[in-house]
Amino acid sequence: MAAPLIRLVDIRKQYDSPGAPPVPVLHGISLDIAKGEFVCLMGQSGSGKSTLMNILGCLDTPTSGQYFLGGEPTAGISPERLATLRNKKLGFVFQGFNLLKRMSAADNVALPLMYAGVGRHDALSQARTQLQLMGLGALNDRLPNQLSGGQQQRVAIARALVMNPPVLLADEPTGNLDTATSNEIMSLITRLNHDQGITVVLVTHEPDIARFGKRLVRLKDGLIVFDGAVDEGLA
Amino acid sequence: MRAPQVIDEALRALSTNRLRTSLTMLGVIIGVCAVVIMLAVGRGTQSMVNQTISSMGSNLLVVFPGSQTSGGVRFGAGAAQTLTVADASAIETVSGVLRVAPLVMRSFQLAYGNTNWSAMVTGVTPDYFPLRSWDADEGDTFSENDLRSYARVAVIGKTTSRQLFGEESPVGRTIRIRNLPFTVIGLLSVKGQSLDGRDQDDAVFIPLTTARQQLIRSTFPGSISMMLVQAKSAETMAEAESAVTDLLRLRHRIGPGQENDFTIRNLTAIAETAAIAAAAMALLLGAIAGVSLLVGGIGIMNIMLVSVTERTREIGIRMAIGARQRDIMRQFLIEAVVICLAGGFIGAMLAIFAAWAIATLTGLLVEISMLSIALAFGFSAAIGIFFGWYPAAQASRLKPVDALRVE
Repeated sequence: MAAPLIRLVDIRKQYDSPGAPPVPVLHGISLDIAKGEFVCLMGQSGSGKSTLMNILGCLDTPTSGQYFLGGEPTAGISPERLATLRNKKLGFVFQGFNLLKRMSAADNVALPLMYAGVGRHDALSQARTQLQLMGLGALNDRLPNQLSGGQQQRVAIARALVMNPPVLLADEPTGNLDTATSNEIMSLITRLNHDQGITVVLVTHEPDIARFGKRLVRLKDGLIVFDGAVDEGLA
Repeated sequence: MRAPQVIDEALRALSTNRLRTSLTMLGVIIGVCAVVIMLAVGRGTQSMVNQTISSMGSNLLVVFPGSQTSGGVRFGAGAAQTLTVADASAIETVSGVLRVAPLVMRSFQLAYGNTNWSAMVTGVTPDYFPLRSWDADEGDTFSENDLRSYARVAVIGKTTSRQLFGEESPVGRTIRIRNLPFTVIGLLSVKGQSLDGRDQDDAVFIPLTTARQQLIRSTFPGSISMMLVQAKSAETMAEAESAVTDLLRLRHRIGPGQENDFTIRNLTAIAETAAIAAAAMALLLGAIAGVSLLVGGIGIMNIMLVSVTERTREIGIRMAIGARQRDIMRQFLIEAVVICLAGGFIGAMLAIFAAWAIATLTGLLVEISMLSIALAFGFSAAIGIFFGWYPAAQASRLKPVDALRVE
C-alpha cells in the first residue's frame, strides 16, 4: 500500500504561557488518512480537535511528534516552506468564512494564485472559472458583505480549491449557517470528495453534519477515543 | 505575489481609511515641503552672498593709510595721508599684482537743474572699472586721456542717476559738484548692496587727477584715500600681500620693529567668512526641516503599528492561504513607502509653489534645485522603509494560528 496522504505519529501539543503552568492539549495522536477519504473529527469543546486541525493545516506546529504530508516530514521546516505547503497542498474553509472584506469575491479567490506567483490577469480569470463551478458566476464582483452566508462559504470553498490542493480542511464550515444552507454546503463538499477525489477532513460537533462523511474520529481530552465508520460511531 | 499586485493592494488598503492615510501623509508632506523650501532658501542666501562677493571684484586687497598722532592725539586708521599716487604706480610693478586703483573720496552735494542730492564722489583711474568688473550700461567710463587732461567728466551709478534725473538718461547732461560743472559720460550697471549693506550704486566717479586738483585738495602732495590692489589669481594673493607690504615699508622708510603706517586688508578673507556664515545658516535651516521630516516618519511608524494590530486577522487569513512572511512584510512596507512617496510628491509640489510665493512676496532669492527635490524624494522613500520596517516585521513574524484567533 502506498504511503498515506496524511500521517500523524504521536503528536503532542502543549501551550506554554510565561508565568503559568503549561497546558497540554494533545497527548499523543497517531492517525493515517489515505487519499480520497472523508474524515469527520468530532469531540467536545476542549477535546483538542481545533488544535489538531491547526496542526494538520500547518498553521501551528506540534510540540513533539511527526507529521508527514504527502510523505514529506513537516517538522522543523522553515516558515517559508510551511507557507508554500498551505498554498499548494491544503485548502482551508473556516466557520467564519474568513474572506477579506475589502475585496470582491473574484479577488478573494484569486489571492492564493497570486501568492503562488500567477499574474493578476490569469489569476482573476482562473478565479472566475472556479466561482462558475461553484455556481457563483454572477457574483464575481460582489464584496463579501453583499453575499449571503451560504454564498460567502461557497466563495471560501472556491478559494480553498483554486490551487487544486489534494486536501480540503474544513473547520465547522456550517457552524454559522441554517440547516438548508448547511445541507447545500455539505453536499457540495461531498461531491468534491466523491467526484474529484479530494481528501476531506472536517471538524463538526453536529451528528447530522458528520453523517455526510465516511470515517469518524472522535477526540476526548486530547486522545483519540474512536476511529471507525461514521455509522458505527454515531450509533 | 508580483510587484504591481502588491502596489495595487497597498493602494486599496490605504484608500479604505482615507482620513487616517491623509493625516499620516500630512506629516510627510510638511516634512518634505519644509526640507525643500529650507534648502532652497539656504541656497538662495548662499548665492546672494556669492553675488555680493563677486560684485566687489575678485582677488582684492585694500590698502588704507595708517593712523597719525598729532600733539598726543591719536587719529584712527586712515587718518594719515601717507599713501600716494607714486606708491600706487610702484605697486603696479610688483609681481603677482594685476591692477592697482588709487582713489580719493569725499561726500559732496550734487546738483542738476533744481534737484540736488548728496553722494560719495570718488576720484579714480580708468583701471578702477575693470578691477571691480564694473561696466557702463550707457555711455562709457573715462579714459587715460581724461585723466591726463584733468577732464571734468563723471560716471555715475544707477541710484544717483535716479535721484537726479529720474528715469531720463543722464549721459551727456551736466551736473554740478560743489558748483563745478561735470559732464556725465557714463551710467554704470547695477551693482547692488555691498557686504556691509551700502548701496554701491549711489556713487559718482571722476578722474583722480581732476578730483585731487579741484575737489579734494590735500596739503600732502599726491596723497590718496586708499587703493585697491588686484592680484593675478587667488593663489598669488598672499604673495602679493607680503610683496606690497615690503615695498610700502621700503618706500615709507619704516625701520625694522616699527609699525606699518598703512593697513592691508584681504577682502577675500572677509568674503569667505560671509560665505561660511551663509552655509552654516543653510545647514541649520535644513537640519530644522529634517527634524520635521523625522517627526512625519515617526507618525508613519505609529499608524503602521496600529494598522498591523487592526489587521491581525487579515494577516492570519493571508497566511492560511499561502502568504509567506516576506509577502506580508512587503505588503506593509509598500504601504508605508506609498504614503511616503505620495507625501513626498505633494510636499515637493507645495514647496515649489511656496518657493515661488516667497520669492515674489519677499524678494528673497530662493533657488529650488532638482537635486534637493530628488533628495527629498529619496529621503521620504528611505523614511518609509526605515519607519515601515519594524511594523512590517512585526506583522510578518505573527504565527498564523495566533493571528487567526484574533477577532
